[in-house]
Amino acid sequence: MENIVLNSATLGFVISLLAYEIGLAAQRKWKKAILNPLLISILLVIGVLVFFHVDYDSYNASAQYLSYLLTPATVCLAIPLYIQLEVLKKNVVAIMTGILSGVLASLGSIFAMAMAFGLSHREYVTLLPKSITTAIGMGVSEELGGYVTISVAIIIITGVLGNIAAESVCKFFRIRHAVSRGLAIGTAAHAVGTAKAMEMGEVEGAMSSLAIVVCGLCTVVGASVFANFM
Amino acid sequence: MKYMRQFGIILGVTCAGELMKYFLPLPIPGSIYGLLLMFVLLLARVIKVEHVKEVGEFLIEIMPLMFIPAGVGLMASWGELQEFLVPLLVITVTTTFIVMFVTGKVTDFMMDRKGKKEEEEN
Repeated sequence: MENIVLNSATLGFVISLLAYEIGLAAQRKWKKAILNPLLISILLVIGVLVFFHVDYDSYNASAQYLSYLLTPATVCLAIPLYIQLEVLKKNVVAIMTGILSGVLASLGSIFAMAMAFGLSHREYVTLLPKSITTAIGMGVSEELGGYVTISVAIIIITGVLGNIAAESVCKFFRIRHAVSRGLAIGTAAHAVGTAKAMEMGEVEGAMSSLAIVVCGLCTVVGASVFANFM
Repeated sequence: MKYMRQFGIILGVTCAGELMKYFLPLPIPGSIYGLLLMFVLLLARVIKVEHVKEVGEFLIEIMPLMFIPAGVGLMASWGELQEFLVPLLVITVTTTFIVMFVTGKVTDFMMDRKGKKEEEEN
């Protein structure tokens, strides 16, 4: 039995798919944002692994094929962006101003709160890349001397939180334009948030994809400046 | 064969992105090079939307699933996370809302301003 779990090339993959199906069903049934399929499936899989004493590496031996698709999927985000090219062209100033202010708000608020909590320099720089896509964020954290594994964890938590909260936040703060909603989600919660933006609408999805790229690149520069402040 | 061809084109661009990363090693992942490259190739009409559309849409649709393994990975970094869990979670949650609010509101403001300007010009 243990051999099957350790050596299976499909088990972790299948468990992940099943957990996601359960998450989707739960959301359909109770229609609550907190019953987010991604959140539910992560918790379910963790629960299963802990219950059966399976360690993460044996699960990931097959589940990694799911992560493998992430790079080509990210490349594909260029497609909706291209389809919405007119929206981008027409609003380029508003879009760039929006993303830049989001990046500054992110770095600035992390700085202020890190000061308030009396975090060390190392803990502070670990947090700086929290709103950008994992692969860039890891690089930034490493470059600045942060705890890379913790940065990755925070980036994922941020993404899942953004995915769960996106619709309610847009409603609550009355963010009216589809362009603004997409940018807000992508700038705050990278690709995981973008998955939700895609469900909200084509313009939202395209703008969120754009925000991942621009916000990621600006944060590479911005974080290295902000790292000197504390 | 249509879908396999689309998948092949997407993987080809992804692979080219990874090569670009090798020759131009900025702290940017290969996937972002690939995204930019795909965008440029679509703009230049080297790749037409029909060449990648269905598989591209499929991959984007199932994207949330691809984050499950990374999310489950929190399990492995739990020990390190525990030490400064409270400030960390408070900061993460608060700043995420702040960023959404600021980005959304600033963009809304800029778009309204632009809308008004256009009205005046007409």
